[in-house]
Amino acid sequence: MALDELYQEIILEHYKKPKNMGLLENADIKVEGKNPFCGDEIELAIKLKDDIIENVTFDGSGCAISQASASLMTEKIKGKSIVEVKKLISTFKKMVKGEDDSQVNRDNLEELLALQGVSEFPSRIKCALLAWNTLLLGLEEKLNKKAGEK
Amino acid sequence: MESGTKENTSFDADKIREHFPIFFQPENEGLIYFDSAATSQRPREVLTACNNFYEKINANAHRGAYKIAEKATAAFEAAREKTAKFIGAGRTEEIIFVRSTTEAINFVAYGWARKFIGVEDEILVTEMEHHSNLIPWQVAAQKTGARLRFLKMNENGVLPLDQLDSLLSRKTKLVAVTHVSNVLGTVNPVKEIIRAAHNVGAKVVVDGAQSVPHLPVDVVDLDADFFAFSGHKMLAPMGIGVLYGKTALLEEMEPVYYGGEMINDVDYYQSTWNDLPWKFEAGTQNIAGAIGLGAAIDFINSIGIDTIREHDHSLTEYALNELKKIKDLVILGPTENRGPAISFTLGNIHAHDLATYLDQKNIAIRSGHHCAKLVMKKFNVAATARASFYLYNTKSEIDALVHALNEAKGYFSKWR
Repeated sequence: MALDELYQEIILEHYKKPKNMGLLENADIKVEGKNPFCGDEIELAIKLKDDIIENVTFDGSGCAISQASASLMTEKIKGKSIVEVKKLISTFKKMVKGEDDSQVNRDNLEELLALQGVSEFPSRIKCALLAWNTLLLGLEEKLNKKAGEK
Repeated sequence: MESGTKENTSFDADKIREHFPIFFQPENEGLIYFDSAATSQRPREVLTACNNFYEKINANAHRGAYKIAEKATAAFEAAREKTAKFIGAGRTEEIIFVRSTTEAINFVAYGWARKFIGVEDEILVTEMEHHSNLIPWQVAAQKTGARLRFLKMNENGVLPLDQLDSLLSRKTKLVAVTHVSNVLGTVNPVKEIIRAAHNVGAKVVVDGAQSVPHLPVDVVDLDADFFAFSGHKMLAPMGIGVLYGKTALLEEMEPVYYGGEMINDVDYYQSTWNDLPWKFEAGTQNIAGAIGLGAAIDFINSIGIDTIREHDHSLTEYALNELKKIKDLVILGPTENRGPAISFTLGNIHAHDLATYLDQKNIAIRSGHHCAKLVMKKFNVAATARASFYLYNTKSEIDALVHALNEAKGYFSKWR
């Protein structure tokens, strides 16, 4: 597999100039994730409006794949409902792990398809998933807390 | 690519390579293996020795009164004897076979430290330890109430010994130190550290995972109380490691595992323990692994550990020199008196991205924190790239690495 398929232009763009970098104040969800394998770290701050992700930002350090994945993720999930986002997480995971999925789901990933090449580099899958697993953790903590309050 | 520099004439790495099947698999064509600090490759002689055990004398050691069991026992114990000689142990029974360096150190933590260390005591470790010689002491300190203290390193990755006076006292019961750093390559003055520790009555456990494969080691000359190392970094199979301990200490130490083989007499409510070394070897052992370690030691001896050290040293010197020429490449650790592991960063290219790039050129290096997060913190980096060398590596492979690193800079420069 050629390196350029892993490091696509769009990934390099997001690595160079990450979108939504820096942490929101008054976030409803704040969550940290680490990749103990390589030391990459990420922190997400999410502002909710009802069940919609109104805004999301991140901070952290890591390789091109992990940073670009986080940047692309924040762009993609803004304005989506928690239910939609959870489905998206699962679709994204399937893609980078190289698992089968429906064409509709795949197409729905749009720019995130730039990270498809990761599936050919097994040691880099964790890099691509760091932001997404952190997001999932944050959403589930929030949902559990809500369920506890009810 | 030819380096133009002549290889060490007393030693022909290309000839040595012929003993290592991994380099001759069609799917590995062109493989440049620079990750021997993580695990070495294995020569055919070692693989054959393991295979011969299973094919010819497979039986459990110390159990059967029949021919192949006796042969298996003899082969297992012969491996122990070779190991004892190789590291200069005074007695063969001071060699305990374990799985790995990590397990050997945990044996000391569970069997010795938890028995002899108390709430008023102190454990001294260094900042440059691999997690395997740090976490067992963190937990031992938490469990015993002892205080964990740190021997710091300077900006060159060297442990200045003038701190010892203020850190060592009668309270110090144990000092844990790595012989050679797996990240920085630093060769530590363990003999001096041991002498200073003994002056206050402390025992010393040395992590020899990165030293035994590359340097002549004499545990009696060092006066080490405990010394741990792994087979798989010195041409032997994975899953075999060694804990050396002084007889008196091993005798007062508690077994860590209980069960078959480690007992002397068994009654309903209590039992007594077997003699050394078997007191620590409960259950069926990794006999093929131990035999493989014996074969690895034979292989190393057939070349000479001094010759290997010279070869590693000349590769390391050469690599340091060539790597220094690459702009924006920063080498961590000392420039001299070091083992053959070189950690570096290259501009703002993340080590993981760099490793993926080099892998495309068939160059295998390690990237990450190398199980030494305190070292990463000290140098304020999240991850580094590490190239490490062994007897099968050549200068022309280092030239290929340098060439690829320069190319990588070009490739990743379009990002900035």
